[in-house]
Amino acid sequence: MKKTPITLNINGRDYFMDIEPRKLLSDAIREDARLTGTHVGCEHGVCGACTVLVDGKPQRSCLTFAVQMQGKEITTIEAVQKNDGNLSPLQQAMHEEHGLQCGFCTPGIIVTFEAYLKNNPNPSEDEIRDVLSGNLCRCTGYQNIIRAIKKAAAVMRGEEGAI
Amino acid sequence: MKPGKFTYHTPTNLEDAFRLLGEYDGEAKIIAGGQSLIPIMNLRLAQPEHLIDINGIEEISTINIDGDLVRIGALVRHGEIESSDTLKQKLPILPYTATRIAHLAIRNRGTIGGSLCNADPSAEWSLIAILLDAKMEISSMRGNRSVVATDFIQSIYTVDIEPDEILNSITFSLLAHNEGWSVKQICRRAGDFAIVSVAATIALDDKGNIYRLRLCLGGMDSTPIRLTAVEQSAKGMTPDDGWIKDVASEAALAGTPESDMHASAEYRREIAAHLTTEALIEAVNRCKGVGK
Repeated sequence: MKKTPITLNINGRDYFMDIEPRKLLSDAIREDARLTGTHVGCEHGVCGACTVLVDGKPQRSCLTFAVQMQGKEITTIEAVQKNDGNLSPLQQAMHEEHGLQCGFCTPGIIVTFEAYLKNNPNPSEDEIRDVLSGNLCRCTGYQNIIRAIKKAAAVMRGEEGAI
Repeated sequence: MKPGKFTYHTPTNLEDAFRLLGEYDGEAKIIAGGQSLIPIMNLRLAQPEHLIDINGIEEISTINIDGDLVRIGALVRHGEIESSDTLKQKLPILPYTATRIAHLAIRNRGTIGGSLCNADPSAEWSLIAILLDAKMEISSMRGNRSVVATDFIQSIYTVDIEPDEILNSITFSLLAHNEGWSVKQICRRAGDFAIVSVAATIALDDKGNIYRLRLCLGGMDSTPIRLTAVEQSAKGMTPDDGWIKDVASEAALAGTPESDMHASAEYRREIAAHLTTEALIEAVNRCKGVGK
């Protein structure tokens, strides 16, 4: 099958790649852009591990073809860490609250909530749980993830000592 | 777990899309949000030769309000409906319903038109389109036609659309100013397709009696079903506890629910009665301005 040359903008950088139209965005990110922080779990949209931001909004990278994403700004977990090398408030809170064990689901959860907390700085626990329902975690039982998200939200609101 | 090979087409207007549909008659599949199509392609349950990507067609990507009519382009994402301030004000049942669809990441890509054309019997938009007598505008090289949602959604995964046609937009009428609404569903987990869902609108007259009831149940048959006999007999009734109980008993008898891995038919009937009660109470409260 003929390969098509495309340009993907990932984390602010252009990647030129020759791909078949059937190549999933998740595979293009991992195999062609060599950004392996985005994880591939179920490949049919259920687990949320492959979630990336497309123009700032969480989307499943396994449920889009890379060829469809030209002209979009894609953000992956690699871009979450701050330029000075420090963790983002959400990454820091996940670390402090033991919000991960094996870490497979973590990139999907973090990019989802980096975007969500930007638009919803003060979510209730119910709202957090509703959004988190899109990401399966088999290790933690979710409690520590929820705690971490609440803590990160408080830190991002400037209430560092709040929790 | 990888999709099969296909040739990819990107029309930027409807005419080009029609031409491609004609050219690859029967071998082409339209992709909108792809949130149902790509999973089944990944699982190789579908392997279209040609994929016609309509995401670049702007004429079917907007929400327009004209008087009492809300016209939503088929390509509008669930997430856009969810966050539309105009819709929250004019027809809040739509943004609320959008929040109940799958998960945030799916809603940011999936489209209302794609969901309706897919016609999963438990899909939220099918339920609401049938509840609100939405009109589906369908276009092709041969012209445009309009069909009401009840006729458009024919059976499980089956809709009234010919191979050369594309769903263009969906038109909803606003609710009356004294009309309350409710959408209730029970899912095994948040974001799953509902086991049973119930949607209702109730308009009351000056005396507090029912002027118009619309009641639609999902998960009880191969499509969402309107309880037309119940709706007709509701006119003039007082929406008190006794009446709600009667309607809930009727709802439990509706359709021909099947037993499957998610729920037995008997359990579905129980949920239908329970959700109908909740939906009617909420719709009446909204109508009376309680908790608006």
